[in-house]
Amino acid sequence: MTYDVVFVVASALAILSALGVVLSANPFYSALSLIGNLVSLAAMYLLLQSDFVAAAQVIVYAGAVMIMFLFVIAYLGGRAEEPVRSRPWYQTVGAIIAAVAIVAEVGFAVEEQAFGNGASVSDAFGAPQVIGASFLGRYVLTFEATSVLLLIAAVGGVTLAARRPAPREEGAIGAFEIQRPVTSISLQADVVDAETRFDVVRTGRARDEDGEG
Amino acid sequence: MHVGVAWFLGVSAVLFGIGLYGVFTRRSPIILLLSVEIMLNASNLALISAARYSGQQAGQVFALVVMAVAASEVVVGLGLVVAMARRRADLDVDSLTGLRN
Repeated sequence: MTYDVVFVVASALAILSALGVVLSANPFYSALSLIGNLVSLAAMYLLLQSDFVAAAQVIVYAGAVMIMFLFVIAYLGGRAEEPVRSRPWYQTVGAIIAAVAIVAEVGFAVEEQAFGNGASVSDAFGAPQVIGASFLGRYVLTFEATSVLLLIAAVGGVTLAARRPAPREEGAIGAFEIQRPVTSISLQADVVDAETRFDVVRTGRARDEDGEG
Repeated sequence: MHVGVAWFLGVSAVLFGIGLYGVFTRRSPIILLLSVEIMLNASNLALISAARYSGQQAGQVFALVVMAVAASEVVVGLGLVVAMARRRADLDVDSLTGLRN
């Protein structure tokens, strides 16, 4: 009985929060709704006796991944808001048709099937020891491939999001000297003039902002 | 009412449909990524309910691998979003048509 109540509450919360992700205009609220969705899914994993996966879901997903999302949304600020523009009606209609189609497809497939009660499992099912043993035993190749994938993704993320390296100062020791084109002669003269009078501290940020864009 | 594996599969299909709707209709790349996360989680729920039903560990192992793949996808996707923002591009996936021609 408790099982059924927990299932109904968790699935209702999961579906409502998923709708919140898809329908809310503000990306910040979308991300917060997704956290609710992930936590209710973790409760359903617990119902399915997958303790370790539920813990990983909360720690990795609702913790680490969502923090990354929220950081990027905060970094973008108001630019993360969706541009207001009416979308063509066939886009909405097509999306609804596709969504209903997949639900109907799975519904019919499940309806046809006479599911029994499922296998009876011991308490060790889904325990960290068992998962670890299968990762380092039968699925060791998958495990290693996943580690390579994560390394590639980390390098790719840094490469995509990194600022371009600032050109080196004169006199700096390095293999490459990047000469930036002089954008404005008068501005350059002003800077030189100012430099003779004041200690001009050039930050990397100011140099980075021009020339890009 | 007996909550069997069919109910979990049904919830998983509904979540997948919601994520699909989001991917089709939203234009902000961040919300697109969030919708893809919903779809990946729906498939995870199906994997785990099948693992419980058949009494085999493989489904849980695959669900953990899917989590790692989703994390990689988020890293690359958010890197792209930050790169777009830094180039002062419009954060609108419909305006990214540079590779069309």
